[in-house]
Amino acid sequence: MIDVKTLTIQEANQMLANNEITCVELTQACIDAIESNESEINAFVTTTFDLALEKASKIDQEIAEGHEVTGVYGIPYSLKDAYVTKGIKTTAGSKILENYVPAYDAAVYKKLDEAGAILLGKTNMDSFGHGSSTENSHFGVTCNPLDTSRVPGGSSGGSGAAVAYGGGLFSIGEDTGGSNRAPASFCGLVGVKPTYGLVSRYGSIAYASSYDTVGPITKTIQDATIVMDVIAGKDDYDATSIESDNDYEKFINKEDSKSKRYKIGVPEEFFQEGIDPEVKKVIEDAIEKYRELGHEIIDINLPYTKYAVAAYYVIGLSETSSNLNRLDGIRYGLDVETDNWEEKITQVRTEGFTPETKRRILIGTYTLSAGFADQYYNKAQKVRELLKDQFQNAFEQVDIILTPTMPVLPPVIGEHDDDPLKMWLMDAYTCSINPVGIPAISLPAGSIGDLSVGMQLIGPMESEKELFNLGMQFQS
Amino acid sequence: MSERKYEMVIGLEVHIQQNTKSKMFCRCSTEYFGKEPNTHTCPTCLGLPGALPYPNQKAIDNIIALGLALDCSINQFSKFDRKSYMYPDLSKGFQTSQHELPFCFDGKLEIFDKKGLRKSIRINRAHQEEDTGKSVHKDDKTFLDFNKSGMPLIEIVTEPDINSTQEVSAFAKCLKKTVEYLGVSDANMEKGQMRFEVNMSLRPFGEEALPDYKVEVKNIGSISVLEKVVESEYTRQSQILDRNEVPVQETRGLVNMTGLTQSQRVKENSADYRYFPEPDIPVIITSDEKLKSIQESIPELPYQKLDRYTQLGLNLEISTTLVDDEIKFQAFDINSRDCDPKKLANLIVGKYTQVYSEFGLSKEFEVSELASLVSLQTEGKLNSDAVDIVVENLVRSGGKAEDIAQENNLIMSDNTDELKSIIEKVISENNKAVEDFKSGKNPNAVGFLIGQVMKEGKGRFDATKVRETITQSL
Repeated sequence: MIDVKTLTIQEANQMLANNEITCVELTQACIDAIESNESEINAFVTTTFDLALEKASKIDQEIAEGHEVTGVYGIPYSLKDAYVTKGIKTTAGSKILENYVPAYDAAVYKKLDEAGAILLGKTNMDSFGHGSSTENSHFGVTCNPLDTSRVPGGSSGGSGAAVAYGGGLFSIGEDTGGSNRAPASFCGLVGVKPTYGLVSRYGSIAYASSYDTVGPITKTIQDATIVMDVIAGKDDYDATSIESDNDYEKFINKEDSKSKRYKIGVPEEFFQEGIDPEVKKVIEDAIEKYRELGHEIIDINLPYTKYAVAAYYVIGLSETSSNLNRLDGIRYGLDVETDNWEEKITQVRTEGFTPETKRRILIGTYTLSAGFADQYYNKAQKVRELLKDQFQNAFEQVDIILTPTMPVLPPVIGEHDDDPLKMWLMDAYTCSINPVGIPAISLPAGSIGDLSVGMQLIGPMESEKELFNLGMQFQS
Repeated sequence: MSERKYEMVIGLEVHIQQNTKSKMFCRCSTEYFGKEPNTHTCPTCLGLPGALPYPNQKAIDNIIALGLALDCSINQFSKFDRKSYMYPDLSKGFQTSQHELPFCFDGKLEIFDKKGLRKSIRINRAHQEEDTGKSVHKDDKTFLDFNKSGMPLIEIVTEPDINSTQEVSAFAKCLKKTVEYLGVSDANMEKGQMRFEVNMSLRPFGEEALPDYKVEVKNIGSISVLEKVVESEYTRQSQILDRNEVPVQETRGLVNMTGLTQSQRVKENSADYRYFPEPDIPVIITSDEKLKSIQESIPELPYQKLDRYTQLGLNLEISTTLVDDEIKFQAFDINSRDCDPKKLANLIVGKYTQVYSEFGLSKEFEVSELASLVSLQTEGKLNSDAVDIVVENLVRSGGKAEDIAQENNLIMSDNTDELKSIIEKVISENNKAVEDFKSGKNPNAVGFLIGQVMKEGKGRFDATKVRETITQSL
């Protein structure tokens, strides 16, 4: 019996290589986990079990013929339903794309597929990434496997929940303002928000183009590096993508890395009002552990943090209002019978978007409108520059910044239904990172009862290796 | 043209489709003309979810070249912006364009024509954008074709410096010529590669200020229609002004190819396109070195050529004819230093054009032979009939001008003995004419005899010398 709930990629690699399990058995174990959990959790929008088993048996054959087992080869995983997959329904959690079958593959899916990873299905999400709880999906809420009365975080909540219960050994989420880190924090996992552009966004249905990042949700730091080694790097179909040397796993396992000590900055502003005292305590204990390991803890200030949420939303919603323009029901997606194109667009969008998406489109349209753009969009861009400066200054003092990932424990489902703003504020610690472009990861810092508390490690541009290394030291 | 009461005040917006191999933001081929609808498309130009733009550097180099040719300042730090509006053939719900930092701004185009017009029209800006798809209306239905979607498009906006139909026409022609010289567009109007929008108003002559209204006419696909639109708008607007009324500020569309327009949309205030920087494309930085290398690639421009030709003494008519046509000006430019430019120009616009238009240029033809040919003519070795024969031979089957002249025995001769023997032959064969001349019955008979000698000698003898020699012989 394979316990896919705790099995890591690293362990599965060894078992496959040593012929302790076959890829089909591993895949079937994940499928079993999905089948037994889904009625309660609802992490998947679409499953692709037939394709998965077919590929798994092909991989078993290749292993028998001596194919090297490394990286994600033979590893079952899931993809957030924001990534287009040729021939496989892709909804972005929305009604407007409820039956949309893409004609091409997202770059990240292509890379993983070519590296031998096995797709189990597409995971639930807040429609178009609009949410932090996975409650805003056309396909129903996803529940937190650690406590099913609570949300798993979002918007990549399906990805987090799936990995937490063993529906695949990792998932590819998409992080625009904390969408990988929040589910990682709430589900006891590792979530990566890479440097902007490090992983190609081609084929990722955009929320906010200048924030969107593609990254894994895994059980361990080690696993996260294995996935990053496959998916990072420049892509000729994403003009914003950047080069990467893809030796994350190698780096964190070097002796030099293990003994490396860092200056860790702890920003005062992230421990003030709004934080749950229990969460605060867990994070302080984690900081203490780092101090004991010999790292230097330095108190710092990030004074513009209080403007970050506002700036984040103004720019993000401006961009999303524009990105979603293409969903007009004319070439694909939800269709209605009318004899007038303007009416068609209106009806399709009225029916096809969730209330949260409509709220965000309306705000974003307003903040870009003539006469208001200066007050909102352009001003937020100025704040964005200040946020960049602020982090740049901080990284002259310290190597890495440590904060809680989420200020609170996962809310009970429905808790914020009447107060969307409160939900937005839940992102305060994660969403200031995306406008800056720098990388951040969330890893489990400790737990409170059944619930997990995540800590966030933030570094300068392209400092993933150091973040993984520091995280790895905590997990070792 | 009759005396006019009002002066036209015209600004143009011109869209020019570039001739790059691939589209502006994807790798689709641009060779879609006449092909099946929606066969030249991909996720990016179809605006599928998740697809991203990747800017075409060649198109960017092209617009910068055009900007430099239009004497524009170049934004070396530039970016793309999204222009949002919804329309069925606009696949993304926004057009990727440039708003704040166009690649080119503050330039001018030197315009001219055969009638001697010469004026400088200020260019406000030239920016890079992409074309939309095409809506095809048939049998009460609308079909969408996205082959054109994402085609690289340059938009050029002039200042309202154009004041007559003649100037509109000259501007359009000179701009077309400029992009053709640079090779950035084929500017083929039939294929919709160059389209115009007119912003026009009228004011009494002598008035400096801009009128407080303007009328926009969109989607004009040829220069002749452009001229007609301007004329018909003059008539329409002047009639309104004559009644002491002000024409409505509005957008008008073409009724048909006669240039008549009808109201489409009354512009109360400008549409809100909610421009913001395209987040999917990083800023475009053009280095000093890059700019220099583009500058160096720019050929002599139409007005510069015209000036050079007129300075060489060619008249305006011939100069503009040369400037208008690449085959002609190339033939001229290659040879003009090696022979008499005026004779060369006459040869090129005359017999040379006639022959290549009828037969095409042979692969064997060496254009530099035209200089040799003109030199033979200037040296008096060939008469004009012989030049025509040689040029026809050259163009149709190549070879050396001098060889052709020799082979066909066309070189002017000063061989007196040969001339004398021909004269003797003619005298012996034309007894009657000789008698008539000698007897004084018909003094003009000598002309006939000279003609016979010229004919017998294939025109290779100098006419004066023939006359002298024949008179002696008689």
